[in-house]
Amino acid sequence: MTAQLSADALTLFRGERCLFQGLSFALKPGELLLLEGRNGTGKTSLMRAIAGLIEFEDGDIHWEGKPVRLNRQAFYGSLVWMQHRVGFKADLNLVENLKFEAHLRTQSGEDFEEVLKRLDIDRLKRLPLRSLSAGQQRRVALARMLLSRVPLWLMDEPFTNLDREGRALVMNLTTEHLERGGMCIMAAHQDVEIGGNVQKIVLQ
Amino acid sequence: MNSEDESISMFSGIAGIARRDLLLAWKRPGDVLNPLFFFAMVAALFPLAVGPSPEQLKFSGPAVLWVAALLSMLLSLNSLFLSDYEDGSLDQMLVSPVPLSALALGKSLSHWLTSGLPLVLFSPIVAITFQMPFSVTGYLMLTLLLGTISLSLLGSVGAALTVGLHRGTALLSLLILPLAMPILIFGARTVSLVASGDGVAGGLYFLAAYAVLTLSFAPFATAAALRISNE
Repeated sequence: MTAQLSADALTLFRGERCLFQGLSFALKPGELLLLEGRNGTGKTSLMRAIAGLIEFEDGDIHWEGKPVRLNRQAFYGSLVWMQHRVGFKADLNLVENLKFEAHLRTQSGEDFEEVLKRLDIDRLKRLPLRSLSAGQQRRVALARMLLSRVPLWLMDEPFTNLDREGRALVMNLTTEHLERGGMCIMAAHQDVEIGGNVQKIVLQ
Repeated sequence: MNSEDESISMFSGIAGIARRDLLLAWKRPGDVLNPLFFFAMVAALFPLAVGPSPEQLKFSGPAVLWVAALLSMLLSLNSLFLSDYEDGSLDQMLVSPVPLSALALGKSLSHWLTSGLPLVLFSPIVAITFQMPFSVTGYLMLTLLLGTISLSLLGSVGAALTVGLHRGTALLSLLILPLAMPILIFGARTVSLVASGDGVAGGLYFLAAYAVLTLSFAPFATAAALRISNE
């Protein structure tokens, strides 16, 4: 099977500093790419650059064999991104926030109520997001990932603020996503127990 | 994704973000009322400073109302993308398959509905303090209607360029004001001409043309600016 997502000889600078040079990887359906490295080694920058928010100094990302630079919209149609900041409005409740998400990217037919129940946030529907704890807000961000029907998940430190059950939940959800033929790029500090095909990149 | 899908997602993107921002404005009415309050204050204080002479008030009314409206629009523009930038929603919009220019247009639309339209609707009340006749007030509203549309769209470009900067207010004004000058000149002058009984079609045509021009280029410029300032 050919790679869905491939990167050739990526080089990224932030200011004057070179974060990495000649970085290559290829991701097939069902595979997980784990980004490791100490703080400030460029995991988030790499993630942002893959998402097209920062330009690589050199090198190209290909999605389904086509360079992403020329097919941005199609690439964005196939990814969902979980970042540090959850990207929701604190004044709106989670239903209003997730409803807006449906305008940004196609959502699966997966049952809304089911997803909320699984993430244990179905009791919080009426509350504005600012009154939710940080961990609960991360769970709403997970709901965004589950509701969107896309093959590529970008997860930047998905375990932050989550309790033990929450961390286990993230691993289970990711494993299921990979079993369905999805792909995931994850930056994490913790040990990750996810079955299946795992590649590692350690940023220095 | 075929082209039909894209057009659907484009319109749903415009409508979706406009609805979300209107909902936010509804939950935080202060953001809408502050610029309106500023407009009312400037317009109400000016007659007190100038003195009660009706001649002078009638003469300076259009100019003062237009300057107050322009500054009040600038006041609200600064925060157009700020909260989206701070809470990460902007990043989510940048990686959405919906064209960014459509989302920018949606933002401008909601900005106009929450800051431009209230000014237009509120202006007849403020115009009373300048002893403006009813026939002239109609033209004031019409010029403000066209002018605020252009200002919302132009302003979104400036707000997008300065979103990553702290305290970008001064820079935003410097960027926007030169482009907004024609709107101010033609807007205020048209109302003065009506008051003195001259023909005004030219001014209105200009304002309408300017609105159409900004409508056609501002969303794309805003989208490009957002990508640059979010690097």
